Amino acid sequence: MKTKKKVIVVGGGLAGLSAAMKLAENGCHVQIVSVTKVKRSHSVCAQGGINAAMNLMGEDDSPLIHAYDTIKGGDFLANQAPVLEMCLCAPAIIYMMDRFGCPFNRTPEGNLDFRRFGGTLYNRTAFCGASTGQQLLYSLDEQVRRHEVKGMVEKFENHEFLRLVQDDQGVTRGVVIMDLFNLKLEVLKADAVVIATGGCGLIFKKSTNSTFCTGAANGRLYRQGMKYANGEFIQIHPTAIPGTDKMRLMSESIRGEGGRIWVYGNSSNSVRMPDGRTIPCGTTGKPWYFLEEMYPAFGNLVPRDIGARELLRICEMGMGVDGQMQVYLDVSHLSDEKKKKLASVLDIYEKFTGEDPSKIPMRIFPAVHYTMGGGWVDWPAADDPNRWTRYRQMTNLPGCFNIGESDYQYHGANRLGANSLLSCIFSGLVAGQEVPRYLESLTSSFEETSSRTFEQSIQSELESRNGLLAAQGSENVHQLHDELAEWMVSNVTVKRNNEDLKRTLNKIQEIRERFKHISLDDHSQFANQTLAFALQFTPMLDLAQIITTGALYRNEFRGAHFKPEFPERDDQNWLKTTIATYDPKTGNPVISYEPVEMPYLKPILRDYSHAHKVKPVLENIPTNIILPI
Amino acid sequence: MSETFILKIYRGNPGKQYWEEFILKRIPYLNIISALMEIQKSPINSKGERVTPVVWEQGCLEEVCGSCSMLINGKPRQACTALVDKILDQTKTNTITLAPFSKFPLVRDLIVDRSLMFENLKKAHAWIDADGAFDRGPGPKISQEKQEVMYSLSTCMTCGCCVEACPQTGPKSKFVGPQIISQVRLFNDHPTGSLRKGERLRTMMEEGGISGCGNAQNCKPACPKGIPLTDSIAAIGRDTGIQAIKDLFSLPDRD
Repeated sequence: MKTKKKVIVVGGGLAGLSAAMKLAENGCHVQIVSVTKVKRSHSVCAQGGINAAMNLMGEDDSPLIHAYDTIKGGDFLANQAPVLEMCLCAPAIIYMMDRFGCPFNRTPEGNLDFRRFGGTLYNRTAFCGASTGQQLLYSLDEQVRRHEVKGMVEKFENHEFLRLVQDDQGVTRGVVIMDLFNLKLEVLKADAVVIATGGCGLIFKKSTNSTFCTGAANGRLYRQGMKYANGEFIQIHPTAIPGTDKMRLMSESIRGEGGRIWVYGNSSNSVRMPDGRTIPCGTTGKPWYFLEEMYPAFGNLVPRDIGARELLRICEMGMGVDGQMQVYLDVSHLSDEKKKKLASVLDIYEKFTGEDPSKIPMRIFPAVHYTMGGGWVDWPAADDPNRWTRYRQMTNLPGCFNIGESDYQYHGANRLGANSLLSCIFSGLVAGQEVPRYLESLTSSFEETSSRTFEQSIQSELESRNGLLAAQGSENVHQLHDELAEWMVSNVTVKRNNEDLKRTLNKIQEIRERFKHISLDDHSQFANQTLAFALQFTPMLDLAQIITTGALYRNEFRGAHFKPEFPERDDQNWLKTTIATYDPKTGNPVISYEPVEMPYLKPILRDYSHAHKVKPVLENIPTNIILPI
Repeated sequence: MSETFILKIYRGNPGKQYWEEFILKRIPYLNIISALMEIQKSPINSKGERVTPVVWEQGCLEEVCGSCSMLINGKPRQACTALVDKILDQTKTNTITLAPFSKFPLVRDLIVDRSLMFENLKKAHAWIDADGAFDRGPGPKISQEKQEVMYSLSTCMTCGCCVEACPQTGPKSKFVGPQIISQVRLFNDHPTGSLRKGERLRTMMEEGGISGCGNAQNCKPACPKGIPLTDSIAAIGRDTGIQAIKDLFSLPDRD
């Protein structure tokens, strides 16, 4: 191919910037599309750290144990090959970020410091105070800016992705974007598009996500034929500050540094322990550290799904603080040095509640936090015979890749703390290597695609927009959003049951119907945020439907998906990936399943009550693995 | 305590700005963002007229992204951490005013275009010149004390509060403002970054650079992250002085 290699990256968070950087280094001209200044992307919210089994703390840790923890933490739903390679690559990623100037915390000797996170017994989490995501993002933002100055990267900030342009063969040839200031539609042409648009927490409105995280890009691609995998797996973080506009995350690092969760005990109540015993709920009037009692090995650092469920269980027994749905998260006993490491999160708590957490225990409750599901992507393993004719991180739409939180790989049914930043950077680097290889395989380019194809794509988006602007109904899209979110939070988060899931599906249909009767309160042609949000709302409803349908069908308990009616993990029937495909005839998802690839580790019981440090044996590890860096 | 309060917003398009008032319910822990969200759901002003909802920038809502900068009762700050009760209790009034930043081009309502700060990051060579995105082993060792300073400087979220608060910046001034000066300090402090120290300092010696600071010291208290901006300005002031002498004698850039 004669033309310069052009690639579009949609999303400028950690994954998008990681891909853009590697692509630019590999000689591609990259256009980044982002709804905000990339430096403001949701990655900044990640607080606690990034995992890498570098074994610098004298614990005999290894990337294989990291892979084992991740696979087990994800309740065996993640394909194992990408997880293994991510964990193998993690130490190199930390060193790379260190060289980029990311201000990681240090040991007295000046080396990288590590803390312990949930779902593991090892200190393998590198961190920058309690705003690690912000610092990692800034470091990549700086490297990308360097490529921007060299002319290899061009940014379209305050622009939103509306549509993938595909040629008659269904091959990716560009995107349609909208300028969020002057509302103009524009086509960007390229032979590969990398989607890195993050999670979809805003469907639940009260989540820990930034307001950018609508999931709209994935929803739009789903309508264009992209397979959406494991939608029903939404992580609930155990510890957040409840708020009217959002739930504010209180990092797992608080517990990693020794923060303890408790409620006042009540010995007249009793609770069933994970090992089957029934014990009284502490001593009346005294702090009851229920996680420490239930899970002696992991204590407050059980995986997030377990933590969230136990918190809810205690609160539902009426044992929450002041009888409300809240428990204490206590750091008042920690040393000043430890409090300093947590300063930026403790500061958030004080700013939003007016209470000083170093003196008074914080009041927290679980909140929607992370989207494990996402765009289905391919992963030919190192020892697959067709490794070099397939492309990692590519969706089923040729030339359209998907990375970071918006893809479905790496975390299975539940993500371990501090693995998200890692999976974002890693999948971005993988895309940075795979996309150029894909481009080289092409025999035609977007330059040969008829201009009609691009014009039709713009036209179709113009029609949706004009339809919304002309609507004269009585519904308000923000009120519909609140209603959707209320239903989703009540019925499709920590605990799910089939009756409520069915009712929620009906509710989603009802809201979809009412959405046809909205009118926009803003008809202006400039910085019209009501229009932009109304355009996002249909794809959000689509994803809500995928999440709820997947949850309704999956009759088992796995990771973040908990159904009291089906209290056991059911490997016989449900050890499989959920795939949702859009059916243009009905407008509903068609759900199918594909097997999980488990070459290295056979499923074991996911037990956190009596864990010991184990030296896991992973079998059949390929000898020809080539890491992206 | 009154059950309602008034949000008085300076809004509109460039050249056509006006004040508009909205009456909203007082709810415990309500922040300015939640109040603006209420307006979106029912955009009716204090005269009972249905108007277009107010537009503003927002993102993380926990003061790490820098999106929701605006003037709240005339002070530059992040709207997410601005709690309604706290402000009303402090001012002993029933009204809170919101206005867009004045030192940046207006887009609409509370949105301004802060691209200039990002352009300054380009000019000031605000990055580490790493060999590339591959595995070359660890970076330089850094003491805990140094990491602490670097981390503090690196929490700058380019929100623009310091630039807005500075009396020396504005449409008629060329002064780059505190944000970028502090970023120059960050990269010059890093062992690898310091290899290009001279280059960064020279951009600070140009017109509109460090000499534009009038030492009003408004920047530091305006910073939502508590970054020691005045220390940064002092440090870069000293370093540019040394650089000027080095350049006078054509001494090579070396640490």
